[in-house]
Amino acid sequence: MKEKTKYVPVPSRSILPERDAERAPVLECVKLGITLGGIKAVEDFNLTIGRTEIVGLIGPNGAGKTTVFNLLTKVYQPTTGTILLNGKDTHGMNTMQVNKAGIARTFQNIRLFRNMSVIDNVKTAMNNEMHYNMLSAILRLPNYRREEIAAHRRALKLLSIFDMQNMADVPAGSLPYGAQRRLEIVRALATNPSLLLLDEPAAGMNPSETADLMDSIRKVHEMFQIAIILIEHDMSLVMNICEGICVLNFGHIIAKGTPDEIQSNPAVIEAYLGRKKEA
Amino acid sequence: MIFLNFFISGISLGSIYAIIALGYTMVYGIAKMLNFAHGDVIMIGAYVCFYAFARYHLNPFLGVAAAMLICTLLGIIVERLAYKPLRQAPSLAVLITAIGMSYFLQNTALLMWSSNPKVFPSIIGRGSFRLFDGALSVSHITALTIGVCLVIMIVLSLFISKTKMGKAMRACSEDKGAAQLMGINVNATISMTFAIGSGLAAVAGALLCSAYPTLMPTTGALPGIKAFTAAVFGGIGSIPGAFLGGLMLGVIEIFAKAYISSQLSDAVVFGVLIIVLLVKPAGLLGKMTQEKV
Repeated sequence: MKEKTKYVPVPSRSILPERDAERAPVLECVKLGITLGGIKAVEDFNLTIGRTEIVGLIGPNGAGKTTVFNLLTKVYQPTTGTILLNGKDTHGMNTMQVNKAGIARTFQNIRLFRNMSVIDNVKTAMNNEMHYNMLSAILRLPNYRREEIAAHRRALKLLSIFDMQNMADVPAGSLPYGAQRRLEIVRALATNPSLLLLDEPAAGMNPSETADLMDSIRKVHEMFQIAIILIEHDMSLVMNICEGICVLNFGHIIAKGTPDEIQSNPAVIEAYLGRKKEA
Repeated sequence: MIFLNFFISGISLGSIYAIIALGYTMVYGIAKMLNFAHGDVIMIGAYVCFYAFARYHLNPFLGVAAAMLICTLLGIIVERLAYKPLRQAPSLAVLITAIGMSYFLQNTALLMWSSNPKVFPSIIGRGSFRLFDGALSVSHITALTIGVCLVIMIVLSLFISKTKMGKAMRACSEDKGAAQLMGINVNATISMTFAIGSGLAAVAGALLCSAYPTLMPTTGALPGIKAFTAAVFGGIGSIPGAFLGGLMLGVIEIFAKAYISSQLSDAVVFGVLIIVLLVKPAGLLGKMTQEKV
């Protein structure tokens, strides 16, 4: 592959916010890489995410952002490198186990269970916290009732964060677009994550919907005190709510830093706008 | 009155088809494959029942319970050995494997139990209820079959809609990748679907052979195909569709036998299927699915 961008070395500073400096990071990626069909889709990806940090993952189309999410959630198994989640190596885990260990995500193209009701979408994500077996489910024993009622209450409470509790029984597929995006976030939160991955949450939204979304993300962050990584093309959203930003291009990290540092970084400007013609 | 008699036996036969069709439709809905070995699981279930009461003189209901247990295990093993390794394979390969598994089960039964037909004792005897001064007689097994089918349908519908396993099954049928990312064990859910379908097949086997007492290694084949037809008729993947399709198929078959010709009954059944599919290609209650781009 022809190198289109000359990589300007960027001073690799830690972008952990102060409040997380003392606590163990939620996620550490070390030299993460994957080869897909002979192409190094992501290479030498190093990133540390603080316990309650909001990090933006940006870059031009095809830079490997969603591939990073797929690596973190083990949709793809990384060819090289390690992912430590809450200090634990996720090597050999599958998608379901990674989710149990604390990563939840939303999707670029919404992937709700469209024919299921809104509340069933949320309760499906709580499967792992219900422990009753098939027999008590068929005979409706007390532990089945107790756990289902508790899950129902919690699902309604989660939905009420976004004022969606009165849509609980509507099929998810019939919700308006913005509500579907919010439902995906609620569903991801229902798995009790310590790290939430949002894949282009503002895609297809108008500016006022994006502003609402921004408030929602802030609210979730404040309420749950979890780390969030978001992929986004809407720069106003990224620059407004992210504390740290990581820029990918051609599968490499070309810059890491605070929003201000990123905005003035020459390598980033070059990746987005192209190089100035030599005069 | 004769009409009513035929109608009731049609509903009873249809109930058996419906119970078998559930196995096809659930597996199709969740694993997106046609398990053509399902009909042979019925036959295995019927043999287990037969040996339980004829050889070991077990209480009929214990015998059916034993058959359910063995068929459930059989379903899980078949899925694990034959279908799980093909999860990513093209659907044609899975289809051929299922047909192969069907022949494998039939021939295993042939080796173990020989091709001599066995006379299956009815699980609740051969008595009947006489209504309207004997003008209408409904055999006990007919009544039991209809009752069992209704109970299974109600319990299964509640199970699918109200429990965490049911939600996991619906989630897997819509989007396995997303389900996995929400912490659902997709492999376990598919195994469970096979287990439930095969357990129900054992019940169907006992009811079928109580009503039509000849038991051979090929006993499951034709009811299996008919039940598959019923599942397609009602809309494959839909549980109410399997119920409706099964009942309608049973009634049509009995009416065709009674009023047209007993040799032509199968032709009539499949003819109706073709007409329904011409009008509603997804089946009576099936939804047209759009290909994802």
